[in-house]
Amino acid sequence: MKKRYIVPTLYILFLMLPIYWLLAMSFKTTGEILSGFTLVPQTWTLDNYRVIFTDPTWYWGYINSITYVAINTIISVCVALPAAYAFSRYKFLGDKQLFFWLLTNRMAPAAVFALPFFQLYSAIGLFDTHLAVALAHCLFNIPLAVWILEGFMGGVPKELDETAFVDGYSFPRFFTTIFLPTISAGVGVAAFFCFMFSWVELLLAKTLTAVAAKPIAATMTKTASSAGYELGLLAAAGALTIIPGAVVIYFVRNYIAKGFALGRV
Amino acid sequence: MTMKSVNQKAWFFVLPVLVLVAFNALIPMMTVVNYSVQETFGDNLFFWQGLDWFQQILTSERFHNALGRQFLFTGLILVIEVPLGIAIALSMPKKGFWVPVCLVTMALPMLIPWNVVGAMWNIFTLPDIGLLGYFMNHTLGIDYNMTQSPFAAWVTIIVMDVWHWTSLVVLLSYAGLVSIPDAFYQAAEVDGASRWAVFRYIQLPKMKQVLTIAILLRFMDSFNIYTEPFTLTGGGPGNSTTLLSIDLVKIALGQFDLGPAAAMSLIYFAITLLVSWLFYTLMNRDVQQVDKPTDH
Repeated sequence: MKKRYIVPTLYILFLMLPIYWLLAMSFKTTGEILSGFTLVPQTWTLDNYRVIFTDPTWYWGYINSITYVAINTIISVCVALPAAYAFSRYKFLGDKQLFFWLLTNRMAPAAVFALPFFQLYSAIGLFDTHLAVALAHCLFNIPLAVWILEGFMGGVPKELDETAFVDGYSFPRFFTTIFLPTISAGVGVAAFFCFMFSWVELLLAKTLTAVAAKPIAATMTKTASSAGYELGLLAAAGALTIIPGAVVIYFVRNYIAKGFALGRV
Repeated sequence: MTMKSVNQKAWFFVLPVLVLVAFNALIPMMTVVNYSVQETFGDNLFFWQGLDWFQQILTSERFHNALGRQFLFTGLILVIEVPLGIAIALSMPKKGFWVPVCLVTMALPMLIPWNVVGAMWNIFTLPDIGLLGYFMNHTLGIDYNMTQSPFAAWVTIIVMDVWHWTSLVVLLSYAGLVSIPDAFYQAAEVDGASRWAVFRYIQLPKMKQVLTIAILLRFMDSFNIYTEPFTLTGGGPGNSTTLLSIDLVKIALGQFDLGPAAAMSLIYFAITLLVSWLFYTLMNRDVQQVDKPTDH
């Protein structure tokens, strides 16, 4: 192994340690976890996972989370695409100010807005629905999606648009058959970022849901405190939250490096 | 850069984004502004309070302390994570089997829900049963207990955040690095440029755009951080890790002092905005200056 690879190797080891610890704990009985330190589970058990896959309060948490994250990703990318196109191709009144204003919404501390959000979504009758969380997460995901997509579109020469229009393409046809495939990497990266930030956000998701749309991370907090401190169960639930993310990142892994490169030169 | 044409109809493209974001941003913001100038008694009794809450917050020592801790935290995070992220990105392989392995494993921490991250690190650092806590106390003999020592708590939240978010800087810098054509390096080699010169005049300028995103995102997110430190220590021991968001939630939901909490939110938001705007304009101006000579 080359000497220079020591840095990334050490870094990955550092990243994996807590994750290993979580996984190891999820295969231990709660008794073993509390009785003292063991590096490897002494008695392997799948009970923690069995509880999660058989108890509806647990597995519905995952279904709820995946549902609102998917809705949010679709909405964010769909509305961000035309907006990013406008920002990258045209000058219009207040474009720069608008772009920065969009960014500022990513800075709004979620802790500040939790209560007003609750009032707002209760008032329009969306409280405790997947749509409420999906819409609320648009606050920070849309600006990021516009930002990323604008970067990618800026890397596509404008001659492409002009040639297509000269060839008689209508705008919608040009956009879907020529432009979108060209920036597909960018769409992948934007969707990944939306997925990631919506999947991990809890404060708003928890505030806007009660029973029907409760996210998995909130289920964990509640179940853990009501059933004593079931560390093994908690660890198994935590370990399972990594899987959807890992699957998504596996699919976009090539876009992440190559994709950004395309847009931001 | 391609020339942009003036087209006021572009507004229609931006409209859906505007409507969705404004709905989520303006209405809650108006609620917060409303609370910040009123005093509430019971359900629907509101009294005009003027700017008293703002004055109260701005002169309170509690706010100054939380703000100080917040700046210390964010400053440390940026100083550690940005150079570290760049260094890791520079030493990562450019092609081959290890690239996707590195990317996937490095992105994992970011994909774990924030309260799970906090809970995970909480158990990870427990002195008797956690891997890190046990190792520090029993193998190295260092007295490490974040529920008792403020210093240990600080080290823990910093290390946790470095663990959680350095990969964001790595991924973005790496993307910037991959975009540099080989010809640049070949030319540098012909000129006999040193390793440092290659970094300073080729790699850094090419990374600048993605680094702007990385630094801004890291600033915004670390300045607003709530769930992870709250799950980790609840702001303790004492108030030692009570960052701005945690303090805010304590006032708003713990004491139900909506007026002061709203005033504090607005001051908090204004500070975030100001610092982000400074970063944004400084880095954007820099990008243009550096990019001009190499523009083709």
